[in-house]
Formats: sequence, structure tokens, C-alpha cells
Amino acid sequence: MKVAVCINHVPDTETKIKVGADNVSIDRAGVNFMMSPYDEIAVEEGLRMRDKFKGEVIAISLGNEKHKETLRKALAMGVDKAVLLKEDGERDSFGVAAGLAEELRALAPDVILFGKQSIDHDDAQVGILVAEMLGLPSVGVAVKIEITDDTVVCHREIEGGHETVHTKLPAVFLAQKGLNEPRYPSLKGIMAAKSKPIEEKPAVATAARVETVALRKPAAKAAGRILGTDKTAVPELIRLLHDEAKII
Amino acid sequence: MKVLAFAEQRDGKFKRSSFESVRAAHDIAESLGAECVALVVGSGVAAGAGELGQYGAARVIAVDDAALASHANRAWAKAISTVAKKEGAGIVFLPASQMGKDLAPRVAVQLEAGLASDCIALKVENGDILASRPVFAGKAVADVRVKTAVKVFTLRPNVFPATTGGAAAPVETVAVAMEPADRVTVVQSVAVATGRPDVTEADIIVAGGRGMKGPEHFALLESLADVLGAAIGASRAVVDAGWRPHDEQVGQTGKTVSPTLYIACGISGAVQHLAGMSSSKYIVAINKDKDAPIFGLADYGIVGDVFEVVPALTEQLKKSK
Repeated sequence: MKVAVCINHVPDTETKIKVGADNVSIDRAGVNFMMSPYDEIAVEEGLRMRDKFKGEVIAISLGNEKHKETLRKALAMGVDKAVLLKEDGERDSFGVAAGLAEELRALAPDVILFGKQSIDHDDAQVGILVAEMLGLPSVGVAVKIEITDDTVVCHREIEGGHETVHTKLPAVFLAQKGLNEPRYPSLKGIMAAKSKPIEEKPAVATAARVETVALRKPAAKAAGRILGTDKTAVPELIRLLHDEAKII
Repeated sequence: MKVLAFAEQRDGKFKRSSFESVRAAHDIAESLGAECVALVVGSGVAAGAGELGQYGAARVIAVDDAALASHANRAWAKAISTVAKKEGAGIVFLPASQMGKDLAPRVAVQLEAGLASDCIALKVENGDILASRPVFAGKAVADVRVKTAVKVFTLRPNVFPATTGGAAAPVETVAVAMEPADRVTVVQSVAVATGRPDVTEADIIVAGGRGMKGPEHFALLESLADVLGAAIGASRAVVDAGWRPHDEQVGQTGKTVSPTLYIACGISGAVQHLAGMSSSKYIVAINKDKDAPIFGLADYGIVGDVFEVVPALTEQLKKSK
């Protein structure tokens, strides 16, 4: 089985976002980057599929030189190969998807995994865009993927529950938290990853379809009120929720 | 010009997020001098679809086919893009629900359109739409423009109003030819827990963090949630500790929520948690630590013991009912 996992290099979840001088992207100074958390789940799922069905897992990332850090992490977790589709500028989701689709078309994997969304732009588009560009089936927000021959049974998260979805390989799956617990790279894995090559090639050029006009901080909230320090504050809270917020 | 709004329904009932997207489509259509058309897809869905007129649809199109009884994402996407092409729609709206997020990218590719997802505000400027969407889980907002001739938008649930006011709209049925490949991915069954609403759809969320000290104490929050008809939310710390299920996690690696009221109990307010709930309309924080960052965001705070304050709140709410 050939498994491809598409991963992204994003600001750490603890980062306080500052708007950059260009007013359309973030100020990267002092920001720690990491593999997008849902992508870690996708990598883990790919490794488990390889171990079960034999074959190989290939990690692919589209972005600048720095994305190699995230590809190295995937190698340290145990993927067999890593590919960097180089792009030094910013791309919209469509551009990222088009670049990945081009590479995936040539690779023709049985399974393509993504995180359910990248936690930078939170577009939650790329995986399904790629599926549609390649004419492949997809299952989004998967919390369980069971493969038997070329038939797949998935649980997909929906509002307040889940649906059981059937599909066929080759297919695209988007990993949601709960699918598995991603492993930590072992020291041996980290050492081995240092010497594994990362294949580099330019990402195919595309025109952006969505343009960011401005990036801004959300409007700051006015400071709230402290109503008290014990349960004697409860009647006042109920009054405010009733009279001021008009919720209850 | 036409603005097409896809309305999601389950078991013959429309979701509120569908009413919100039809209403938003109506408002945008009005500013652009365009017609608002709603679309429903499924089996046996035409009969009740005229209701969408109340939210501003001038007409409703139903792709109503027994072969569409179970949800298949490719078939649904094909139905939406086929109708959009037939109508010559320049703008397509879907709710940013799990279904909408699953369909919109496919629809966009089929319409050679750009897609702005999870929008929280729309504004018409010089005949074009400027859409605002949260990025980095709401730590920033991006104002974006879709540059293609046809534009697709998904709208975050619970943000746009579902104002009524129109009359029932005429429903017209359109057939869309399906092939076996359109049904390669198909939903076999749906399991939805009854009782409590989902965090992404709830009007009120009662959320707990590490300050709850253990999974057994969430019963206190469940009692409060029951009185309020609220959903239960959880911080990453308590989900990672296995106290609560993943689907309740609010924050950058969980759900981003916009309820009317968010009651944070024993949650200190890590950056990544605040990102997921800061767009709540009213925030109440109950926490022992007066320096907890959550108080910087809360409209109303009680610096006190959750184990004392929460039961008192539950009791007094019960009495006031």
C-alpha cells in the first residue's frame, strides 16, 4: 500500500498572533512553528496503515525551506520518504491544493491523508479540493478508518454525533482528533531522520482565487465586571444574564 | 445575477445554520440587486422546502430523488454545482457545518470558483463581497475577496441572524443525472446523541477545565447544562487527560464556538482555548484565581470556588424557572 500524508508547518498553538508590516500576513518574528496538530494524527494513521498492510508512507509539504523541519519530524516519526514542494511566497488554499494535486497525481497513492484542517488559516479546504481535483472520493473529519481490501468504513464526526461512511480506495481522508494518539518520535527516529534525504522540487505555479485584503486583530472586548468572590454573587449574575444579556 | 443558498436538512428538518445562510444570501442579493434562490437536496425534501421563503428565498429549487435518500458527498456537490450552473448563479452560500465544509470545496472546483470558508461577516463594496473570516482560531481576522467570476462562501453557524419575514416560496423540482461514481462515498447510518446540543450549534455552553479537579465533578456542570439546555464544553487539558470526549473540546485544536452565552468553570484561559471561544456573545467566568486570563475576556466574573458557586447557580436558576 502506498500512503501519502500532506502536512503543514504552522505557528505553535501558544503563539500570540501579531499582524505583519504588510497588513496581510503575520509577523513571524519570534514565532515558533510546528507540524499542524491534525497533521500529526494523519502521519500516525499513515504509519499504522503501512505497518498493517506493508508498503510505504510519503510525507509531502508545500512551502518554504522551513517546512523541512516539519518533514524531518514526520521522518522521525517513521515515514519512509519526504517531499518538499518549494514555494517561498504565500498561497491561498486553492494554490496549495493545486500544487499538492500535481505531485499526488504522479505518485498515485492508494490512500491520501490530511489533517482535517491546518491551524493557521483554518480554511479546512485543501484535502477536499485535492480529492475533487484528482476525481477521488473523500471522507472528512474521520475519527475511525477501517480498510478491508479496497473497501473502507469510516466514522465521520458530525454535529452531536457521527455518521458511518463507506467508500473505496484510492481515497482521501481528513484526520480528526480521536482517530489515534500520535506517537512521539524516538531518539533513534530523530537521529535517523537527520540523515534521510528530503526530495525538493518547485511547486507548480497557479493563480490565487482568494485574496487577503487585510489581516487584523479582532476587536478587543471591554473589560468585564467581577461580581464577587463566592456564591453570594450568584443572584446578581442571574439578574445580569436576565436583564442585561437577556439570555435567561 | 442570482445568489444560491444551499440549505442542509436532516430527517426533513432544516438546520438553523441553513436559515442563517438563506437569510444572508437574501441580504447580499438585495444589496446587489440579485435574486436569492434556495436549494435543497435529498429524497422527499421538496414538500417542506417552501418554508425557506420565510428567510428570504424568492424561489426554492429541490433536487429531490429517491436515489439521494442517503447522503453521498459527490452526488450532493454535483447537484449543487449543476443547479448553480443552470441558474447562472454568481454567488453560492453554504453553512460552514460539517456537511457544508465537506461539500463546498468540491462545489468550488466544479464551478472554477474561489472559496472563502467559515465567514463571520459579509459586506458589499463596489458591487463585490468583502468577507471576514477568523484565522489562527480567531486570534486574527482576515478580510478576503474572492477573485473568480463565480464565488463560493461558507458561513459560520450561530453568527448570522436567521430573521424571518418573507412568505412561503414556490418550490420547483430539478433532476440531476447521477452516476455510480457519485455514490462511491455514501453515509450508511447516522448516530446522533439526543439530549444535549452539540457545542458548535448550542446557544449556551457550560465548559469545564482543569479546575474541575476530576472527571467525576463534571456532573456539576451537566446539572447546570440541563437547567439551561446547554452543551458541555471542555478545555484541551481535560480532554487530553481523558476526562471528557474529544468532540467537546473548545479551542484551537478543538471546536471554535460562537454561542450566546459561554460559562467557563475552572478554566484559566490558555491562549489556544480563548481563541476557540472569544467570539461568544456573553462570557461568564468562575475561577478561584483572580489573575486567570479568562477574566480578561469575561463579561461577568466570579472569583470563587466552582464547587460552591456552580451548584448555587444551578439551584437558583431552577427556582427562577
